[in-house]
Amino acid sequence: MTFWKRFITNRGALFGLAILIAVLLLALLAPLLFPRGPWAMVQRPFLVPFSTDGLPLGTDTLGRDVLAGLVYGARVSLLVGLVSTVMALLIGVPLGALAGFYGKWVDEAAMRFTEFFQTIPNFALAIVLVAILEPSLTSITIAIAIVSWPPVARLVRAEVMSVTRREYVDAARLAGLSNMHILVRQVLPNTVSPIIVMASLMVATAILLESSLSFLGLGDPNIMSWGFQIGAARTVIRSAWWLSFFPGAAIVLTVLALNLIGEGLNDALNPHLSRKGRS
Amino acid sequence: MSVLKITDLSIALPQGADRGFAVQQCSYEIAAGEILCVVGESGSGKSMTANALMGLLPEGVSVAGGTAYFGGKDILTVSEAEQRALRGDRIAMIFQEPMTALNPLMRIGDQIAEVFEAHKRHRPAERRQKALELIREVQLPDPEKIVRAYPFQLSGGQRQRAMIAMALALEPELLIADEPTTALDVTTQAQILKLILDLRERRGMAVMFITHDFGVVAEIADRVIVMRYGEIVERGSAVEVLENPQHDYTKRLLAAIPSGLVPASTEVAKAPALEIRNLKKTYRIGGGLFRDARVVQAINDVSLTIARGEVLGLVGESGSGKSTLGRAVVRLVTPESGEIIVSGTDMAALGEAELRAVRYKVQMVFQDPYASLNPRHRVMRALTDGPIAKGVAKEKARERARALMETVGLGADAVERYPHEFSGGQRQRIGIARALAMDPELIIADEAVSALDVSIQAQVLDLLRDLRRRFDLSILFITHDLRVAAQLCDRIAVMQKGKLVEIGPVSEVFLNPQHSYTQTLLAAVPGGGWGKAAQ
Repeated sequence: MTFWKRFITNRGALFGLAILIAVLLLALLAPLLFPRGPWAMVQRPFLVPFSTDGLPLGTDTLGRDVLAGLVYGARVSLLVGLVSTVMALLIGVPLGALAGFYGKWVDEAAMRFTEFFQTIPNFALAIVLVAILEPSLTSITIAIAIVSWPPVARLVRAEVMSVTRREYVDAARLAGLSNMHILVRQVLPNTVSPIIVMASLMVATAILLESSLSFLGLGDPNIMSWGFQIGAARTVIRSAWWLSFFPGAAIVLTVLALNLIGEGLNDALNPHLSRKGRS
Repeated sequence: MSVLKITDLSIALPQGADRGFAVQQCSYEIAAGEILCVVGESGSGKSMTANALMGLLPEGVSVAGGTAYFGGKDILTVSEAEQRALRGDRIAMIFQEPMTALNPLMRIGDQIAEVFEAHKRHRPAERRQKALELIREVQLPDPEKIVRAYPFQLSGGQRQRAMIAMALALEPELLIADEPTTALDVTTQAQILKLILDLRERRGMAVMFITHDFGVVAEIADRVIVMRYGEIVERGSAVEVLENPQHDYTKRLLAAIPSGLVPASTEVAKAPALEIRNLKKTYRIGGGLFRDARVVQAINDVSLTIARGEVLGLVGESGSGKSTLGRAVVRLVTPESGEIIVSGTDMAALGEAELRAVRYKVQMVFQDPYASLNPRHRVMRALTDGPIAKGVAKEKARERARALMETVGLGADAVERYPHEFSGGQRQRIGIARALAMDPELIIADEAVSALDVSIQAQVLDLLRDLRRRFDLSILFITHDLRVAAQLCDRIAVMQKGKLVEIGPVSEVFLNPQHSYTQTLLAAVPGGGWGKAAQ
């Protein structure tokens, strides 16, 4: 059975994929749907959802459209999630691969360096980094990448170590191929599946981290994001529940979708490990 | 009086499997005190029957029909609780891999005592006493110490004895042994087989012995069942089946077994393809600040030569250092001292970059056909990567790859396929083609046919013999199977604990072994009729 066939038989993963595609479309179409942008004040403040035509999710404390904020927030969340994950992979994969392939002191050095980052709580480090770099979309993305690469490095190291012991790698050595050639062409392609799975879950974590930073007021002040919306609404949470509820629901749904996709990818890429249909 | 009577047993495989039934319409009986051997190649369904009896069928596989009467009850239909009561108590099972069949975190004595506990027999103190008795009965050395040992402190054979002790704990009427000696060395295998025979004698229990090895069958079977594709193709007493097989498949299987007949060795006296001088390799295991490392001499001062066009068989049990020697010659392992001279170059003395340039001179065929090819590369790439790195033009390398696939009998078109589309034997042929693609001076075959079924093994051996004749290959053939070595090799070298204890022409070593270790090895080979000169 092909990868795709296995993936689409997983209902959860399909559901996740549908949500993600919907969020992605909304984010891409935001300027068309709300040409005035998320910051424009369109009506009086604290309009209850479903009470006014054209403002299905009501307005916030300054009379801005909550739905417009959500849609523009999706762009930020997805962008930060994807870019920071790619950056984390760019740091983690080479480091882990070198550590796993060469072993000995290279491994020791790389792993002690990784542990240095792992011993500091992720979120605390991210806050410090953003505070030092001044809050902006770039600094937030970098901060998230810097706190999320260590698990990638560890995973890649373990995978590379196990693949390197296979006999076809010995055979490649005997064929006189250079170490770099063996690592890049023979070993790494066989470690891709778990990396893809981990990356999909990392996007979800990055979205959560970004929201948390924005909630604390460490987000980019010029950019509307879900975390910012919730943060701004926390003072009125008892009188205007919808201001924090809808962005919260958006975060939950997107993260859930990514997790479902990650799970689906895992089952589809490692059919021997999946819980169902073992023979 | 039969202990177990199986009638028309069918076991269905899940949809999408290569056939509908793992086992189809099987009927047989086992009498008390009888040893029934179920023989077949991998995928013949021989283990599935045992799993069905024990209620251990994997998910998706189910019993489709038939009955299995044991002690007046159809054990295929009894409830899970009843089945649990039967298991261990009246039917016991031992597995192939003694390493994974024991709980690594439990002491041997506790594991045996646990069997009594599960069936609520005896008081705790008595259980320990019984465990000790059982350990004595299976002839483990130093029982008081073994009771307190963890599985990792025991050797493979000792673990298998511990497994047998567990299986015997409640004096079962039927013992199912699923390839119990396959993972063991020949000498250990001989001891375990003797133990099972002894226990059968003493306890009068029935034994269902599943194996792929006709040598083992000849040693212990009273009656034999031969299975293929889930069906019984032949049955009868051991003597009948072995000496006068009726079915074609059985005949072919028996013919495929490397016979014990030793061919007269041919004289090879040409320039050496490989010269090993005083090679040494020591491993240090564990150790640290406060503890001395355990030192293992994997290769201890070994010297030998292989002439051009000669096949030298390197035999020994696991841990004898034969594989390390093979890997040292190709420099996957770097020896501490000594010389490895291949056509004038000392491979042991070269640095990384120089080594890469001469690597092609010695190539290797690996043991595991499933791990030796990159699953993500087409065969073409597996066969051309090396030659291209060596400097052969791309087009030429591709042409050569096609020709080689033809040579090893897979057809030139097969180069466009991925490894998973091939069977184990075919993959091994690709491995051989890959080695040949480099135009090596010497090929090292490390247990190259050990993972294959006998009939496939025979085909690959034929191929090697044929290639050797056509290309005048020099081969270092590493194997634990003396029968295989006798088939292919001109000379035999025997290794024990890192030392070369005997080397000489095949006929000399097999018919007139000098060293006591060689004599022990030869005596342990299952299936008699061994060590006769070919006419």
